[in-house]
Amino acid sequence: MEEKLILFKNRKRFGIEKNIDIIFKNTTLILSSLVAIVLFGIILVVFFQSFESFSRYGLNFLVTSEWNPVKDEYGAFTAIYGTLVTSLLSLLITIPLGVGTAIFITEDFAPKFVREIVGSFVELLAAIPSVVLGLWAIFVLEPFFRDFFVFLHKFFGWIPLLSTEPAGRNSLLAIIILVVMLLPIVTSISRDTLNQVPKKLRNAAYGIGASRWKTIFSVILPAALSGIMAGVLLALGRAMGETMAVTMIIGNSNAFSWSLLSPGYTISSMLANQFGEADGSQVSSLFYAAFVLMILSLVVNIFAQWLVKKFSLKY
Amino acid sequence: MNSLYYQKKLSRNVGDKFFTFLSLFFALIAILPLIYVVTYIFIKGGAQINSDLFTLEPNPPGDDLDAGGINPALIGTLVITTIASIISIPVGVGGGIYLAEYSKGGPFSKFVRFGVNVLAGVPSIIAGVFIYALIVSTKILFGSMYSGLAGGMALSILMLPTVIKTTDEGLKLVPNELRYASLGIGASMYTTILKITLPTAFRSIATGIVLGIARAAGETAPLIFTALFSYYYITGFGDLFYEMGSLAVLIYNFALEPYDAQNKLAWAASFILVLSILIVNIFSRILAAFTEKTKRV
Repeated sequence: MEEKLILFKNRKRFGIEKNIDIIFKNTTLILSSLVAIVLFGIILVVFFQSFESFSRYGLNFLVTSEWNPVKDEYGAFTAIYGTLVTSLLSLLITIPLGVGTAIFITEDFAPKFVREIVGSFVELLAAIPSVVLGLWAIFVLEPFFRDFFVFLHKFFGWIPLLSTEPAGRNSLLAIIILVVMLLPIVTSISRDTLNQVPKKLRNAAYGIGASRWKTIFSVILPAALSGIMAGVLLALGRAMGETMAVTMIIGNSNAFSWSLLSPGYTISSMLANQFGEADGSQVSSLFYAAFVLMILSLVVNIFAQWLVKKFSLKY
Repeated sequence: MNSLYYQKKLSRNVGDKFFTFLSLFFALIAILPLIYVVTYIFIKGGAQINSDLFTLEPNPPGDDLDAGGINPALIGTLVITTIASIISIPVGVGGGIYLAEYSKGGPFSKFVRFGVNVLAGVPSIIAGVFIYALIVSTKILFGSMYSGLAGGMALSILMLPTVIKTTDEGLKLVPNELRYASLGIGASMYTTILKITLPTAFRSIATGIVLGIARAAGETAPLIFTALFSYYYITGFGDLFYEMGSLAVLIYNFALEPYDAQNKLAWAASFILVLSILIVNIFSRILAAFTEKTKRV
């Protein structure tokens, strides 16, 4: 009799606990699906807000560079061109720098503590807010490079990319500050991937008489290629969406120019500059530009994830 | 016989030397920006630090030579990041718990993990655009437009992926034996999670979240058209529904002013922002290294 009572009590408590358990599980389920809801929410909201502009200009928006709130004519070519050029060129500079640094950190040229210091310095660089880098770019980087840009224009002015008189704030400065911001991403992901390459491969290469750098170029880097590529793509996505530092230093001019020494525009800097004061169909056009930016960065990010999954280290 | 010795002039050895120096050179370039930026901020910003800075309101640019202080922006940054944390930590930790503890690697959890990565890659200004469309332009928050609350929400979108990821990864590191032991003595799933796995993973999750907060504190792009900026003291809860200043936006606005006094204020704000972010980062780095050491023993 007594035993049955205890059993009964146990069973009752168990029931409440079971309910709590189910509620808890479903709460976490809802919370985790919030991510998907937010993501779709962002895409839908930006798309619907840009609908007015989209239906009026269609794909012409992407190839014209008129941006005239008075005449109500909008085209984002300058900004899109600026976004692509600044991000791609900065990436081109960052890849050798970042991968080279990652090799320095993972090889044993230098004592361990030196490599650790280099590694943490590069990672701490990622922690500096972009607005602070923008401030630094305005007051330190710009005067520092001023004479160099004049020199560049004087001797290489025949190249279309350097064909205008250097402006105080220009696309090339934006590229330089982007390099500073991308460096930590490329370096840390490359370092992680290089660290994962099994020692066997290196030993085998050394064993058949390859020199250190022959080993790095023909064995280690190819083995780590997918990880490095993913890091590069993530950096590309970051570069395209980067706003503050670029806005502060790029000069914000919608006049199209091939030259990097003239002021430019990116989609994100256009948003940062105009969103607060825009009204009417300008808002819709800005949303359209935001939508383009979002699609660009989504494609790059998804491709990066796919790459990681597809080519993750096979060793 | 000679060929057995190391020959300096051999092309492979010259090439090796060259690339070694090249990578050393690249590494030097890579650490240069941090040193350069931090030194400048400490010299230029550190010189501006005085008690007025922390207590006064900033003066509107161009008024007079004295720029005032950054008190509203400092408090504003604390308030906005607090709001962002209040929203994103419960959601993120909850979502992370589901991914790590309940999901069995099915399509839903795969999709959510994918979504987390995609959301982490969404440009920060898009978060601002989204909140602008959803909250600022619709005046859904009791008729207020630009507000600290909207700014906090925009930041929470940026923090969310970080929090979920650190929770997910932190919980995955907890050995399964602990879970088996707890479930085996009759604890329910939620007791196991709340009393066993979450406390075990607490340190790594907390470190990740703190780093996420530090990162959010420096974000500017989502705030410039959600929280906007304010020159005035924050006096009470009602101010949440009005424009709110923040260190990051103050730096942005005042860096672009042509007046020296405002520029100096921007440097001072950068100093405070960078100093606190670096302290948080270095501290969590040391903590992580310490944890790793104790684990190895």
